[in-house]
Amino acid sequence: MTDRRVRLAARRAGLLVAALTLASLALASGCSREETSAAARQRLVLATTTSTQDSGLLDVLVPAFEAAHPAYSVEVIAVGTGEALRLGQQKDADVLFVHAPQEEAAFVAAGHGAERRDVCYNRFVIVGPADDPAGVKAAASASDALARIAGRQAPFASRGDGSGTHTKERALWGAAGVEPGGAWYLVTGQGMGETLKIASEKQAYALTDEATFLAMRDALDLAALFDRDAALRNQYGVVVVAGARNERGARDFADWICGNDGQALIGRFGADRFGRPLFTPNGGGDAQ
Amino acid sequence: MSVFAEAIAEGLDALVSGSVDVWGVVATSLRVSGAAVAVALVLGVPAGLYLGTRRSATRNALLVLANAGMGLPPVVVGLVTAMLLSRRGPLGALDLLYTRPAMVIAQTVIAVPVVAAVTGAAVASVPFDLRLQARSLGASRWQESLLVLKEARMGLVAAVAAGFGAVISEVGAVMMVGGNLEGSTRVMTTAIVQYTRMGRYGPALALSAVLLALVVAVNAILAQVQRSAERFERS
Amino acid sequence: MSAVLEAIGVRKSFRKQTVLDVERIALERGRTLALLGPSGAGKSTLLAVLGLLERPDAGRVLLDRREVSAGDRDARLHVAAAFQRPWLFKGTVGENVAYGLALRGVAPAERKRRAAEALERVGLGGWQDRSALTLSGGEAQRVALARALAVRPRVLLLDEPLASLDAVEKRRLAREFARVLREDGMTVLWVTHDQDEAALVADDVAVMRDGRIVASGPADEVFFVPQDEWAAGFLGLEAPIEGVVASVEEGVARVACDGADVFAVTDTAVGTRVRLGVRPEDVVLFDAGAEVPASSARNRLRCVVADLEHTGATFRAVLERGGVRLAAKVSKAAVRELGLAPGVEVLAVFKATAVRVAEVSRSGREVSA
Repeated sequence: MTDRRVRLAARRAGLLVAALTLASLALASGCSREETSAAARQRLVLATTTSTQDSGLLDVLVPAFEAAHPAYSVEVIAVGTGEALRLGQQKDADVLFVHAPQEEAAFVAAGHGAERRDVCYNRFVIVGPADDPAGVKAAASASDALARIAGRQAPFASRGDGSGTHTKERALWGAAGVEPGGAWYLVTGQGMGETLKIASEKQAYALTDEATFLAMRDALDLAALFDRDAALRNQYGVVVVAGARNERGARDFADWICGNDGQALIGRFGADRFGRPLFTPNGGGDAQ
Repeated sequence: MSVFAEAIAEGLDALVSGSVDVWGVVATSLRVSGAAVAVALVLGVPAGLYLGTRRSATRNALLVLANAGMGLPPVVVGLVTAMLLSRRGPLGALDLLYTRPAMVIAQTVIAVPVVAAVTGAAVASVPFDLRLQARSLGASRWQESLLVLKEARMGLVAAVAAGFGAVISEVGAVMMVGGNLEGSTRVMTTAIVQYTRMGRYGPALALSAVLLALVVAVNAILAQVQRSAERFERS
Repeated sequence: MSAVLEAIGVRKSFRKQTVLDVERIALERGRTLALLGPSGAGKSTLLAVLGLLERPDAGRVLLDRREVSAGDRDARLHVAAAFQRPWLFKGTVGENVAYGLALRGVAPAERKRRAAEALERVGLGGWQDRSALTLSGGEAQRVALARALAVRPRVLLLDEPLASLDAVEKRRLAREFARVLREDGMTVLWVTHDQDEAALVADDVAVMRDGRIVASGPADEVFFVPQDEWAAGFLGLEAPIEGVVASVEEGVARVACDGADVFAVTDTAVGTRVRLGVRPEDVVLFDAGAEVPASSARNRLRCVVADLEHTGATFRAVLERGGVRLAAKVSKAAVRELGLAPGVEVLAVFKATAVRVAEVSRSGREVSA
């Protein structure tokens, strides 16, 4: 008697939960996308770096992709590369659009990623006070520029967040033979935009991707001082997460962004606003 | 669940080994928020005294302001403070943005309405006749106010706790005006945000645990003070 | 006599309603003035004005004949008050009693000494270290009095200090407080709505109604000789008996009243128009035909019972003889024995010393005789 009642109650509770879930799903999707029915669209979680978000590139890419593939509804999570990789590892993201090629390769090698492809690159640039007290402009290489900054103990703002930019910065310090630290080395632990603002306020140098800097330059009291070094190339890649909830969508996204339409969009992006494109597409290559 | 197990292990390690400067960050938090609450008391208690003892249209308007101020979003405070202190802002010459004083300023703005409103409510519960009694024994305005504050001291403790609770766990303003600079303006909340963004849940969790413990401790002290006061008044 | 604190022509309105309109009230040095009246009569407002706690809309307050106001801190330091609720502050009894001294910058050691002394005065010697918030009503009221006494004010103001206490405690404290105040030679304004309490403590009495003082003078007189019909009712008196002094013999005057002669102890000159008052407690009733044994009670009036009112433990009989009206307080047993009822004839007996005499001045107001 009691058993049956319990089972009945459990079944009722289960039904209630199911109904609530359905209702909230319907509500949530109904709110965001009115043109397509809820059942027809699949959620595709894209984890990317704050730099793509801050530059405005995603605002162009995502709607274009959704127009080309109406079956998907893209949800963007903009975080550091470290966090993006972590989200992928936990299968909280389906596809990653990041810029730390070595770590991406390691990610795939560890079995977390199904495939990785180059998409495009832009340049890193060393920015700083226009009067350039450390003489970065005259540097022979990127690592030489950093060595000059360290030699002068001129303030330098570092993201210190394990992002692609930060990884690149660490590599350059390594090449310069300097272990940065001390009052002049400002570790923000924040995204590129915030770090640039802090550098501007503190009149500090910083390593930044060109796109973010160009997008923000009007709000900053900083000048681009050095970018003449192949080491300052910033390669973006797309990674399909292995065993992702929406792996098919992830592959479609990777194919699209490396395909003609995506590449053309990237090649044009920023030209109207900054006088030249921010990114150079190089996604024609094969998957690695 | 393994996410948690891993993070907890890493967090414990961070707390014990000092591989991440958790305690330095905690110390900065306490210093900044402590200073902000101290300044907020200096400004908020007299304001609360005014709100709790006067009856006028101005007072009513200010009360609305104080109550609204309690819900002031920290990010808004952060934004306005950052704009004021930025190099291009009106107070840019002070060179304060992304320093601890800037954080204290922003948190003070957040804490003052809380302190004022809570103090005001406590002070308002002191009967007018008690003030009249003090006056009839020769108390000046100032002495009368001191007595009222003494009578409402439980409320003052609550005001301190509420103000401290509001700022110690606030992230929006300190992030915007402090900049989360390692070793100088990095506090618990901004560090938690940063570590979470970086996917380093361990230190984030460790800091969260310390933050929670602090908030619980402040409230435990508050409860203890209130209990002992009740005992004293009843026994 | 010299007035320590005095208010002249003070008026105060609240929301266009006059709550205070007093021509003059004066507190004489070393005397207790009971301010008596029903609630809402304006007693507390008058106390607040005298205590420099509230500013009157018009009029002056004089301390030692110098005009003072609520903004005058020095003047305020000469006045101290205690209220119906003791309003003790958080802390110990000692801290409470020393509060006024602390306000005056008295050094801590001296403060302690004087607080202890004040507590001793009110019968709470050695209570310094108790919590002030754990006392009974009577104890708290003693502390409140000690706190006010500790500052040695020129004038002490007590606003219904015993109104929250039970009847027994109230009588005990009234006697005790009155003794302490008299011993200290304190000048006191004692506000109360209870005339028994006023009778216990007062040297002088003022009766208030609707913001005005309707009767005032020494307690002996105000309680016996009505000055105003309403005040008479409030004090439980009948309307005054009017008459003319017909003869005086060995200090006893024969006052010819409408319908009867009344004997009274007074030195008022023959021919003076006077008003007489007799407290109901002083009138004893006998059967109309009874042979009353010879005694010192000179007044024996045959009267008719006009009214009989049950007032609780006793009855109050209103008696008439011609134009003379008297009230008598009678026990239940006496009512039964005499068969008291309206219309019944009785013999009212009272002493010549029980009759208070007030001269009627030219302006029609009484002057103490």
